[in-house]
Amino acid sequence: MNNGATAVAPKKTGQGSRLLGLSKETLLDWFHDMLLVRRFEEKCAQLYGMGKIMGFCHLYNGQEAVSTGSIKGAINPDDYVITAYRDHGQAISKGVDPKAIMAELLGKHTGTTKGRGGSMHIFDAPTNFLGGHAIVGGHIPLAAGVAFAIKYRGEKKVCLCFMGDGATNIGEFHEALNLAALWKLPVIYIIENNRYGMGTAVQRASAIEDLYKKALAYDMRHDVVDGFNVLEVYKKVKAAVDHARATYEPSLLEIRTYRYRGHSMSDPIHGHYRTKEEVEEHKKYDPISVFADILRAEGIADDEWFDEEEKRVKKIVDECVEFAESSPEPPLDELYEVYK
Amino acid sequence: MATKIMMPKLSDTMEEGVILKWLRKEGEKVKQGETLVEIESDKADMELEAYDTGVLRKIVVPEGGKAPIGALIAIIGEPDEDISALLSETSAPPKQESKKEEKAVAPSTTAAPTPTPPPQQAQAATTPAPTDGKTKASPLAKRLAQEHNLNLAAIPGSGPQGRVIKRDIEGALSGKIPALALPQRAYVPGTAEEVPLSSIRKTIAKRMWESKNAAPHFYVTVEIDMEPAMAFREQLNAASETKISFTDIIIKAAASALMKHPQVNTTYLGDKMRQYHYAHIGVAVALDEGLVTPIVKNCEQKGIGTINAEFRDLVERARNRKLKPEEYTGATFTISNLGMFGVENFVAIINPPEGAILAIGAIVEKPVVKKGAIVIGHTMNVTLSSDHRIIDGAVAARFLQDFKKILENPASLAL
Amino acid sequence: MPIVSLREALNQAMDEEMARDERVFLMGEEVAEYNGAYKVSQGLLAKWGPKRVLDTPIAEAGFAGLGIGAAMAGLRPIVEFMTWNFSLVAYDQLVNNAAKMYSMSGGHFHVPIVFRGPGGAAHGLAATHSQALEAIYAHIPGLKVVMPSTCQDAKGLLKTAIRDENPIIFIESEVMYGDKGEIPEGEYTIPLGVGEIKKEGKDVTLVSWSKILAHVVWKAVETLEAELGISIEVIDPRTIRPMDYDLIVESVKKTNRLLIVEEGWPFAGVGAQISYEITSRAFDYLDAPVERVTQEDVPLPYARNLEKYSLPNIDKIRQGVKKVLYID
Repeated sequence: MNNGATAVAPKKTGQGSRLLGLSKETLLDWFHDMLLVRRFEEKCAQLYGMGKIMGFCHLYNGQEAVSTGSIKGAINPDDYVITAYRDHGQAISKGVDPKAIMAELLGKHTGTTKGRGGSMHIFDAPTNFLGGHAIVGGHIPLAAGVAFAIKYRGEKKVCLCFMGDGATNIGEFHEALNLAALWKLPVIYIIENNRYGMGTAVQRASAIEDLYKKALAYDMRHDVVDGFNVLEVYKKVKAAVDHARATYEPSLLEIRTYRYRGHSMSDPIHGHYRTKEEVEEHKKYDPISVFADILRAEGIADDEWFDEEEKRVKKIVDECVEFAESSPEPPLDELYEVYK
Repeated sequence: MATKIMMPKLSDTMEEGVILKWLRKEGEKVKQGETLVEIESDKADMELEAYDTGVLRKIVVPEGGKAPIGALIAIIGEPDEDISALLSETSAPPKQESKKEEKAVAPSTTAAPTPTPPPQQAQAATTPAPTDGKTKASPLAKRLAQEHNLNLAAIPGSGPQGRVIKRDIEGALSGKIPALALPQRAYVPGTAEEVPLSSIRKTIAKRMWESKNAAPHFYVTVEIDMEPAMAFREQLNAASETKISFTDIIIKAAASALMKHPQVNTTYLGDKMRQYHYAHIGVAVALDEGLVTPIVKNCEQKGIGTINAEFRDLVERARNRKLKPEEYTGATFTISNLGMFGVENFVAIINPPEGAILAIGAIVEKPVVKKGAIVIGHTMNVTLSSDHRIIDGAVAARFLQDFKKILENPASLAL
Repeated sequence: MPIVSLREALNQAMDEEMARDERVFLMGEEVAEYNGAYKVSQGLLAKWGPKRVLDTPIAEAGFAGLGIGAAMAGLRPIVEFMTWNFSLVAYDQLVNNAAKMYSMSGGHFHVPIVFRGPGGAAHGLAATHSQALEAIYAHIPGLKVVMPSTCQDAKGLLKTAIRDENPIIFIESEVMYGDKGEIPEGEYTIPLGVGEIKKEGKDVTLVSWSKILAHVVWKAVETLEAELGISIEVIDPRTIRPMDYDLIVESVKKTNRLLIVEEGWPFAGVGAQISYEITSRAFDYLDAPVERVTQEDVPLPYARNLEKYSLPNIDKIRQGVKKVLYID
């Protein structure tokens, strides 16, 4: 358990053991996941600009290490993930078909929820991806319930629940953490602290700036994580997951990260609440570049591989758009599918 | 290949954007993902990044310029590529233009808020119901009145503020209330007044006088067991969207019987008579100012549903004085039904030059003998008035015999 | 047939369903060791143990949400609200998560859960603790709202509710828990969305449900039939959503008049909805405008006389019956 509060300065490490014994195949797969999320989101920005994606659209650029390290890395395919509205990246990391996600964003019948949910409400039962929730904090008790079901059935699964820093101030967060700790439920609550709830900085919204300390009120296991390094994310989330599997006990992890884009597509990247310089400064520790540097330094991949990987990813994203564009709109008679 | 940079949609509500700053000059290199231009949307100042790598060949909308969503603002391409074709295309898709026009119109309809009702209007709402000539009636009463062909305006309402309700209709049907009484006018007791004849009344006076003087009338009455017809009507109504009335069924039954007895379906023309092998049946409809007989034509060819629809339409237009002359002249036979007033028996005057008219009484509940036992049954009396110059008693009787048989076995009417 | 109290009928329903399906569990404030604030869950902890009968902290949003998550992951929770008044702090969970999950997830997830507890006024609890909230739940597509008025209906409907694949709002009444009534021997269920003609009549159709029907309407019907020489047909829809409009339409075709008596407020109330449907579907059969008796349009006050005056009572029902029957 790490009770120490260390502000996370993104750091470049050089030890050979930093690959944590992971296979080359795994490492390259993770890089692929991060790059796919990045390029997927860039394409979303473009499609939003063309009016093809409607409503609110919150992009994940800059936070890729969090979803890849925790979902792609630290859990099994049959574990559960539930998250808030910035959900495209996490769905991709969980194994949800990116074609179906893109089709959903375009409001098509082949989308993850047949055109019902849109960007903020991606669901996929086969991969145990439980959404995509757009009322801040509303999904946090649900995660405790999923963990309750796991324990009720005596399974050894876990539930990862992602939320933004802003969600830690709402009542449902505290009620759920209390219940999870009180009843010892195998849920790992992950705060993706990207430093701003929309345009309000953490220190302007929360009485305590070290958000992981909120676990202290519930005597819950907790930790703070460097969200710019996918290997660090993996290591600490894996420890929490292992602990939950062994003891059914929950954890609260604060992963410190940064978003490059505005809160949603209709919000500015910088403005009164943060400077352009601050955004540019963080891009120096871009999680994809950080990981690429490590892979190069460790001899896992060379420039040629990265060039090829860019092409592979571009092809996938192009296929997603083609699939989504050519898919039909949902039929009107499905409108009334309200009761099972 | 060169690509067009369009004004992006930067918020859900944005319609046009203002170019704040180009971060590259024409001719400079641009990399995918780099910020290319700053744009002011309706919500915020936003950055647009390049989606392609190349050279910024042309800035179409300069700093400070406005462009609608989807309009061309710049072109990125290879340094030596010909971009003239792209530049000559229209800058904004026509869809956006029309959208703008809609927007321009919208404020004029929404800008003027609904005015607060002036005081006199508010006052009017609290005063008692105005006598605007409309009859107040419950929906049920309206439906029943239509089914029984009653004039609602003539039925006194016993509900709140004189609303006609079910019990009033039932009263009218049982004959307790004179449903066809003319609208009450103020009069001075003990005086008399002269009322000029309307043209319709003059016509009725003349024709009825002629008929009764010229045509030797004789009358034949028969009692009909209506229980099969009642059951038949229920079946029809279960399948029909509009209410089938007894009148509709009687029209059809008369048409069927007339086809078998053309001697009854005959007009008297002085030196000859004309027998018809089609049934144009006139039905007497009472209006405030007098009687009209709209005609349902070729009833022998029509189903009950069609007869119902046509008759309903004719009655409606008769009330509104919209009947054309050919719609009330040329009948081969007439039916007059006073059953809805509780009238059990009456005889009618023939409508010349027709040879006969059938008077329909009310369906009454009464003891009848069936299979040697006295049971409660539903019967209806009909009386045929015939012109003896062209129709003999036995002919009239045989016609009524068949008419009765048809109504007592109404399934044949559905064929 | 055995005679039981309403709380026993509900208890039997939960007990039988817990025996039938091990995915069923009960949680709520004071449901376990205290045996239920109103003793509806009496004995269930002793029989089924703490795994399946759980006391929660006072955190309605938290445990309602936990129940929804558990249902999404395959369990079948019964969540007791000590009273429905307290459900308002969990309204986000019920409306945004429970009701919408099946539709919004494109059918990927559904929420088989029963939220139950007493609703409406008891005596002297004042505005925050005396609310008939069926209208605000019935307003939400995705929810079903069930409100029994008898012991027999309560048991049969609750068993069906627990087996239903959708989120159910099951509203009881604390002043009815002691009411006694016959229930059939052995296993039975009652379908949701099917109302019942509780008493036949010919002059006016009276629709009412739950406590107002059980404790107010029946006395009024007896009194008014004798006093006015009329015959009243009484319909208990039993389920507020889906509402059994067909049953009411058929009755109105016969009586031509409709009076709705409900505990809730008038504005956008359940009676307003029924009134619209019947006016639309049976317009040509109405001989008078549809009438309603509701609670006064105020937060329910504490004082005995104010409370009594505000709620539906026999005087108001008399006025309603006379108005709809055009009796001066």
